[in-house]
Amino acid sequence: MVPLSYYLVLSAVLFACGVAGFLMKRNIITIFMCIELMLNGVNLAFVAFAAHWHRLSGQVFVFFVMVVAAAEAAVGLAIIISVFRTRETLNVDRVNLLKL
Amino acid sequence: MPTSFFTGTDYALSLPMILLSLFGLGVLIIDLMLPAEWKRWNAITALIGLGFSTAAVMRIQLGHFADGRPLVGSFAYLSNVGGQVVGSVLMDGFSIYFFYLFLLGAAIAILMSAHYLEIEHEHHGEFYALILFSVVGMMCMASGYDLVLLFIGLELMAISTYVLVGFLRRDKRSNEAALKYLLLGAFSSGIFAYGLSLLYGLSGSTNLQVIAQALQRHYSANPKDPIAIVAMITTATGLLFKVAAVPFHQWAPDAYEGAPTSVTGYMSVAVKSAAWAMLLRIFLWGLYPLRPVYLPLLVFVSVATMTVGNFAALSQNNLKRLLAYSSISHVGYMLLGLIASDNITNKTGIQGILVYLLVYTFMNLGAFAVVTSLRRRDIIGDEIDDIAGLYSKAPTEAVLMLLFLLSLAGIPPLAGFYGKYFIFLSLIQTQHYVLASLAVLYAVLGLYYYMRIGSAMFMRPATDPEPVAISPGMQVALAVTAIGTVGIGILPEFFIRAAGWSLGIQQAGTSLLGFLR
Amino acid sequence: MPQNYVPIFLFVAVVAIAIPATLMIGKLVRPNNPEKAKLMPYECGIDPVDNARGRYTVRFYIVAILFVVFDVETIFLFPWAVQYRALGLFGLVEMLVFLAILIVGYVWIWKKGALEWV
Repeated sequence: MVPLSYYLVLSAVLFACGVAGFLMKRNIITIFMCIELMLNGVNLAFVAFAAHWHRLSGQVFVFFVMVVAAAEAAVGLAIIISVFRTRETLNVDRVNLLKL
Repeated sequence: MPTSFFTGTDYALSLPMILLSLFGLGVLIIDLMLPAEWKRWNAITALIGLGFSTAAVMRIQLGHFADGRPLVGSFAYLSNVGGQVVGSVLMDGFSIYFFYLFLLGAAIAILMSAHYLEIEHEHHGEFYALILFSVVGMMCMASGYDLVLLFIGLELMAISTYVLVGFLRRDKRSNEAALKYLLLGAFSSGIFAYGLSLLYGLSGSTNLQVIAQALQRHYSANPKDPIAIVAMITTATGLLFKVAAVPFHQWAPDAYEGAPTSVTGYMSVAVKSAAWAMLLRIFLWGLYPLRPVYLPLLVFVSVATMTVGNFAALSQNNLKRLLAYSSISHVGYMLLGLIASDNITNKTGIQGILVYLLVYTFMNLGAFAVVTSLRRRDIIGDEIDDIAGLYSKAPTEAVLMLLFLLSLAGIPPLAGFYGKYFIFLSLIQTQHYVLASLAVLYAVLGLYYYMRIGSAMFMRPATDPEPVAISPGMQVALAVTAIGTVGIGILPEFFIRAAGWSLGIQQAGTSLLGFLR
Repeated sequence: MPQNYVPIFLFVAVVAIAIPATLMIGKLVRPNNPEKAKLMPYECGIDPVDNARGRYTVRFYIVAILFVVFDVETIFLFPWAVQYRALGLFGLVEMLVFLAILIVGYVWIWKKGALEWV
């Protein structure tokens, strides 16, 4: 039996990788994949906790997170396509019409 | 084995959401059959849907169980968690109050949009379907008492809004705004979900009540329990992102500037109210035991929000961007109410936030309605220069805009004053004198940038000869928002009492106004 | 427990004999008429060897978007299928409602022309 803390550390590492990638990467698709990585870290934590508490509600939450991630990915890809169509680049540094 | 399934009450309590979903799907299907010149019927269908939903909310507000207990305050979708029966939906006065707010904001936004979308050549039925779906999401956020429902509601609202922001597909700014909003929104949802997973780990349940009990145990055992604190900080970060509080505000000016103007108005009131509903629900119900831990955080965030919002607004030349920064500063004031009140010993601040959100719906949507109507054939109309000389072209609109701006600044006879008044009152009641005086100073600063728009309208000559035409839908929207802004200012008792009722305060309106006179 | 591995060893043995055998039989039986296009890996008419940074047409993105959404929605069918008997008629009706909502979305994308390969 693998202890709960192992799963939590792995989930925290996955989440941190996602956050770091989100902040450092410059390609929109890569940034998007980093967000998915964050959500997968969340999913792992939920499943680990569900096993720890012997309750299914955590697993149910994971289902919803996955579906939400898929919907977000679909909308995200659509927006990425329309961004690419209007400016022919996927580098976030060049998507800079709106200034602070 | 499931012990019980949903009962008729569950469906009655979720009828507002069910109706809106049905109408949203209906608009999608009807839109496929409508010829291009009949697209306005989509707006009318959506408004009918909002009307039916309002009727369903009223039925809950006034309805009773068979044994005479009121429907308000009851839980729906009960389940058994570790021997404790808990509900997923809490239909209390708080939820009902926010339901009305969302329906109002959505209705006015739809009235504002029809003509605007025709000018932009993007008049599609999906727009209205997305607005209805986002209202369903908001309702889940306001009434959700379970992390699953709160998360689903948040995402339903957010994903619909991402599409609405990018609705002008051929416009570079709209695309860019949608992209930035989507990336930062998804990022904040990820952080929020991580916080939720830790809360689930601490309590073994997704129900806010069970979570509050577990946090209470953890807090009394060890006030510095690191997992509880990390869970609180990540959850709070996600929530503060959604209300656009500093330092998580960067998306707001970009998204507000690039979005179609009517959507900007909708985002600044309804989406923001929904985020506030969820923030209050989580901070005051679920995370309440950690209040001593999160208070210093909120003080920092609210002072930073007021400072950045007000100072950044000073130098803006784009109307939508200016109003975006002003809405950030308003979030700062509202956070002060949450700092002052805990909803148990002192409810004034929370009541102030609710009143604030109501008057903000009227005055900010009104201001955005005026900005929306500046969009004409070849004029984007979102710079301060575009509003210059409005008084000579459309005097009624200019006067209404001035009214909305004065209300946003919090000048006494108008509605905006009461929002600020209750927040400041709650700060004084709880001896937060420094914060109160800081907030008053910033409110004075706010007057300056609102009056920059005012002086442009009245003092400067018009930059273009193109007249400002106001469509019938826009006339209704302007009339409703103006009546709301002036009406709440002159006769505030009813609305203050409504906010008090939603928090379970008896006759609070009169006693507090007695203090005023 | 070494005897637990007996089926696996049997499986490995069958695989080790069957695959070379079928390949050999195929080689002996079929007509031999080599051609360049026939030797390429089968990939729906796309050139299989290309620059890794090459671009796909945007139509694939649209198909991918639709696939992601409709594929992941089926996730909700699995728990229902597992608990079908316990959920009974109520579960069936709820699932039909869920599928009806999906079908509205499907009809919508169909009518919008997103499924056409223009």
